[in-house]
Amino acid sequence: MLQTTTERHKVADPTLPKLMVVERTRRETADTFTMALVEPDYATTMTFQPGQFNMVGLPGIGEVPISISGSPHSAREIVHTIREVGDVTKALARLKPGAQVMIRGPFGTAWPMDRARGYDVVLVTGGIGLAPLRPVIYSVMRNRARYGRFILLYGARTPEDVLFRKELREWRSHFDFDLQVTVDRAPNTWRNNVGLVTALIPRAPFDPNETVAMVCGPEIMIRYTAQELMKRGVASDNIFLSMERNMKCGLGLCGHCQLRGNFICLDGPVYNWDQMGKLMEVREL
Amino acid sequence: MDENHLDFITGCASNVVFQEGEFLFRQGTPVKQIFLLRHGRVSVQAFAPGRGQVTVDVVGAGDLVGWSGLLDDDGARFDAMALELVRAIAIDSACLRQKCEADPCMGLAMFMRVATVLERRLDSTRVLLLDMYAANHH
Repeated sequence: MLQTTTERHKVADPTLPKLMVVERTRRETADTFTMALVEPDYATTMTFQPGQFNMVGLPGIGEVPISISGSPHSAREIVHTIREVGDVTKALARLKPGAQVMIRGPFGTAWPMDRARGYDVVLVTGGIGLAPLRPVIYSVMRNRARYGRFILLYGARTPEDVLFRKELREWRSHFDFDLQVTVDRAPNTWRNNVGLVTALIPRAPFDPNETVAMVCGPEIMIRYTAQELMKRGVASDNIFLSMERNMKCGLGLCGHCQLRGNFICLDGPVYNWDQMGKLMEVREL
Repeated sequence: MDENHLDFITGCASNVVFQEGEFLFRQGTPVKQIFLLRHGRVSVQAFAPGRGQVTVDVVGAGDLVGWSGLLDDDGARFDAMALELVRAIAIDSACLRQKCEADPCMGLAMFMRVATVLERRLDSTRVLLLDMYAANHH
């Protein structure tokens, strides 16, 4: 029996921050880095589902919602990939191993891993949107027999903006993982694709009648991607997307992330197109 | 497309092969052929002063390269280089133009197909202009 909604997992005490320690950081691109966090005593860490996010905070500076980009099968560490765009994320980028951060979560709905069983899984993503989908990749790779064809279509601004380059090379070596990278512009030494990520959809090798698609990136990219997937024949309720909004409390209380009747932090961030498509067409919403 | 029209067009067409690094046409040279790609990818490039050779698009099997040859024989605006072994159907652009003029019904069918390709490319270009992966400050 297929589930009809995205998957939801509740945290025990969502108001209580947990102290965690930076174990390592890695620079991904000029403005993006990955940070692995562990509990101070290396005790068991939090469990999460692909697609969920944490509120990551620094005392005296603030708290920001960050998707979890690590493996859901790692019991030891929580990994976030963060783009430096504001005061909190810039302060996080300056942290060295051993520094402390406050974490609340994990929050939000998850990518539909159970629903996707037996289906072709198509991930379409752009920019930092690859980070919230990386746990899906780990999960599918670990349980490869549960899924049909596995396809990642990833768009970035330039070759220098491509995330997780080492892993992309490694994933590319798997014969059962079809991976296409495209950039908006490139020098002629670039041998991959150039152009919109949606241009890769018409010829991607999946069966649209048996496909669950997961889409993450800028909203305009999500809209065009959903249209292209539906044009190809993917059912709208099999297209899932992750919404990015200005989440503050993570509890559905403050209303910062409210979208009509939805609190993205609580009811999302993962929705299917039937739930969110029409709202994404509304201007100023 | 109508079988007779296809036969008509076939008279202007031939199979061609390009090895990796070979150019289908160069910027500034007349576009004498329109290419329907059957296999492989082609990089569309432009020379930008100060930036060197820049790739502006990569097209693959099923795509059309050199569509401007349908309009005139003027110089190509871009370079088109095979990124790998490319197999294509090359259609003589002057021959095709003449046939489109001689049979407006076929001409319309042809231009409708080309317009579909151009619509998709124009949409993509407009979205690219939005620079949607640029950082949002929040």
